[in-house]
Amino acid sequence: MVIGGIMVITRKNPVHSALALIATLLAQASVYLMLYAPFVAGVQVILYAGGIMVLFLFVIMLVSIDRSMKERTFNSQRVVGVIAATALGGLFIAVYVNGKNIFPEGVPAIVEGDNTQNVASLLYGQYMFSFEIASLLLLVAIIGAVVMAKKRI
Amino acid sequence: MQTMLHITTLHYLVLGAALFLLGVIGVLTRRNVVIVLMSIELILNAVNLNLVAFSHYWQGIPARFGGGPLALHGQIFSIFVITDAAAEAAVGLGILIAFFRNKETVNIDEVNLLKW
Repeated sequence: MVIGGIMVITRKNPVHSALALIATLLAQASVYLMLYAPFVAGVQVILYAGGIMVLFLFVIMLVSIDRSMKERTFNSQRVVGVIAATALGGLFIAVYVNGKNIFPEGVPAIVEGDNTQNVASLLYGQYMFSFEIASLLLLVAIIGAVVMAKKRI
Repeated sequence: MQTMLHITTLHYLVLGAALFLLGVIGVLTRRNVVIVLMSIELILNAVNLNLVAFSHYWQGIPARFGGGPLALHGQIFSIFVITDAAAEAAVGLGILIAFFRNKETVNIDEVNLLKW
């Protein structure tokens, strides 16, 4: 998974990056299965690896990649960017080392049962309003994408 | 010593942090807008991984502390984050197509209309 992520940000060809991102997303779906979240894993495979990546590949084919292949891969602020990311990583490490005692070292329980059914009853029960707001967000995104991609408004 | 061999919540958090850092490096250093959007997807996936890991952690907590097998709030949140990622990708790629039609490039250094 980490190797796939490294491939995403280092390949010169955007198509190779997209394929590495698909590998990363599938590996993450398997991690979800390890965490006993089969519904989220299914959503990950179908929506990310199936839907969003098709969208990405379509746009890569639509815009020409010939010119960007000849140019430099990284921009002029790459050194500053890597330094800032390293500082952020140091922050993460400090937080995890200091917060290690918060988590008991016990193994999380193995949860068997009707995961999808429980997710659905929460999603349509307690989180009903958020669910409707999400559908509204998707409607706005559809309208926005169509307006943006139209030739002449 | 036996717990050293098991995968705890902290391991998932470290994996999520590594993915997040890769996404940040990609956003800050790449020149292609498509790959910047892909790096944003990596960041959102790292957040999702943390949410699902904490959801699994809560499921191991006894029900009287708010845990139990029905404590799936993290997974619900990750589904909402996936929805947001889909919306963001659609709008971002629409903006990218509009930009490419105007300037015939996907180089992020030439997106400087608001710069003076």
